[in-house]
Amino acid sequence: MSSLLIVAEHRNGKLKKSSFEAISKGASVAKDLGLSAHVLLIGGTEVAGLTAEAANYGVTSVLTVTDPKLSAYANRAFATAITEAAKAKSASVILLSATSMGRELGAFVSVKLDASFASDCTDLQSAGGTLKVTRPVYTGKALSTVELKQAVKVITLRPNAFPVLSVPATASVESVSVSFTEKDFGSKVVDMITASGKLDVAEAEIVVSGGRSLGSAENFKILEDLAEVLGGAVGASRAAVDSGYRSHEDQVGQTGKVISPKLYIACGISGAIQHLAGMSSSKVIVAINKDKEAPIFQIADYGIVADLFEIVPALTAELKKRSH
Amino acid sequence: MNIFVCVSQVPDTATRIKPAADGKSIDKTDVNFILNPYDEIAVEQALRFKEAQGGEVTVVSVGDDTVLNTIRKALAMGADKAIHIKTSDEIDGISAARAVADVIKNSNPDLILTGKESVDTNSGQFATFLGALLDFNVVNVAVKLDLTGTQLRAEREIEGGKEVVETSLPAVVSCQKGLNEPRLPTLKGIMASKTKKPEEIAFNGGSAYTTISELVKPPAKPAGKIVGADLSAVPALVDLLHNEAKVI
Ligand SMILES: Cc1cc2nc3c(=O)[nH]c(=O)nc-3n(C[C@H](O)[C@H](O)[C@H](O)COP(=O)(O)OP(=O)(O)OC[C@H]3O[C@@H](n4cnc5c(N)ncnc54)[C@H](O)[C@@H]3O)c2cc1C
Ligand SMILES: Nc1ncnc2c1ncn2[C@@H]1O[C@H](COP(=O)(O)O)[C@@H](O)[C@H]1O
Repeated sequence: MSSLLIVAEHRNGKLKKSSFEAISKGASVAKDLGLSAHVLLIGGTEVAGLTAEAANYGVTSVLTVTDPKLSAYANRAFATAITEAAKAKSASVILLSATSMGRELGAFVSVKLDASFASDCTDLQSAGGTLKVTRPVYTGKALSTVELKQAVKVITLRPNAFPVLSVPATASVESVSVSFTEKDFGSKVVDMITASGKLDVAEAEIVVSGGRSLGSAENFKILEDLAEVLGGAVGASRAAVDSGYRSHEDQVGQTGKVISPKLYIACGISGAIQHLAGMSSSKVIVAINKDKEAPIFQIADYGIVADLFEIVPALTAELKKRSH
Repeated sequence: MNIFVCVSQVPDTATRIKPAADGKSIDKTDVNFILNPYDEIAVEQALRFKEAQGGEVTVVSVGDDTVLNTIRKALAMGADKAIHIKTSDEIDGISAARAVADVIKNSNPDLILTGKESVDTNSGQFATFLGALLDFNVVNVAVKLDLTGTQLRAEREIEGGKEVVETSLPAVVSCQKGLNEPRLPTLKGIMASKTKKPEEIAFNGGSAYTTISELVKPPAKPAGKIVGADLSAVPALVDLLHNEAKVI
């Protein structure tokens, strides 16, 4: 019998939120398609401590591929691990998160399994026994429905686009043995440069973004403060990045990150088409801008037409007051 | 060094996208196609490697005759040669990658550079497809590249930071903004590019594994609410976010 395989990612000994989203979606798709669902964990000794949590979403089993050499990420070795696990379970659907890791692993595995591949999907329907995949194209300016023609289908899911649904259940844990070649470790991660454990704009549920009008890197402090009370991340327009106020990692838009947080607060951002491309699929959009004609108001759910230097600190104070 | 750069053409980023009458593609009337912004970064990187250690830069593009424009831009930036893999059939990422792999596998490539993603399909898959097809090492979303002999040390952007990757040539690398500032073509470059005739090769990438069955505009949002124009809007906004939108 064929099955559905979900590849879960972990970092610093914890499963990622986007993986819980993928597991939740995978378990329900598998049910619709009449497939068994398996979660795959790859890594070193840390994997043992993660299996119980991975099982909590209604899957049949948790598979592990462990090897001391897998405690550092090596894309070809991880792709081999997924390919072997997929073969062991005759997987016909493989789901990953559309993260920096999932996107490349999905593409690798689809070649190895001669599968169809669709990346960064925001909707996946399985009613009626067939899969219907939706993915934004033209940086969110259009939505496409993609048909995956091959028998095996590899799909990556955009973080924050699918809910986490825990289904307390028990699942068996099974280790899959994989033998690796030297080539599998031909490209490997030797170090990480982490921006002080900062929450990434692509993963944050709440993003507070600033534009050119912030005027300096120091002035972004008021957005940092607001993001902090909301538990969110700080993003920026390209004009702010090009002016040197923020690093490119924080840029939202066509040539930055494309994000779907549940709340996006645009502060002093005009709403150029290339910026909208990166954030228009946010669930709720708030715009704070002095100019009532600014295009950002056309897609904002809530707007305040005023000076951000007045509004933002007041908003932070109001939220702090209410959290007491 | 024998460097290949894969380039694709995309609608100018200021384009307002309209679905075409077939409901599956975009209306191309009045759309201005440009070299994918990330591919400019890939071309620039190839030229820098060549300038530092000699070699040759070949650009490759798969598509119909309209891709010749983007090929010309890359040649004007300074690429030495170009290959146009010509097809007017429906292609997808994997069939395009197969066609490129088929053409360059016998040319002893040292390094193949691509953009991080095409800003039209937003797939970000091409470099990995090529690497997997050619059995080469792959680095995606590179923001820094240091090459010493055949050893490549790269920094790649990931969520919340960067990974430092060590690998060796031959390799496929997808390039992200931040890696370099692409040069503008000079008049001399533009003149020189006119004498470089792209080699035309027939497409041999097999069938597409995905098709687009529908393309629509995202659902329009209902008009938003202007909550206010002064400080009194602040508590009102917090109420709305809490009670109506339920996001905080
Ligand atoms: C190929 C290409 C790719 C691009 N990619 C991106 C991308 O990925 N992301 C991106 O963001 N842009 C991108 N752009 C740039 C885009 O076209 C805009 O130039 C940019 O988004 C503008 O940034 P901004 O809104 O910060 O600045 P501006 O357009 O200058 O807007 C500033 C806004 O701040 C308001 N304002 C000023 N002072 C205050 C105040 N005190 N309080 C409240 N409001 C105030 C003004 O009313 C104005 O609306 C791209 C452009 C090109 C050509
Ligand atoms: N038809 C094509 N011909 C040549 N290179 C391409 C083609 N399509 C994509 N690429 C390359 O692959 C990169 C990523 O594209 P994609 O995977 O489609 O997002 C682009 O930036 C190009 O460098």
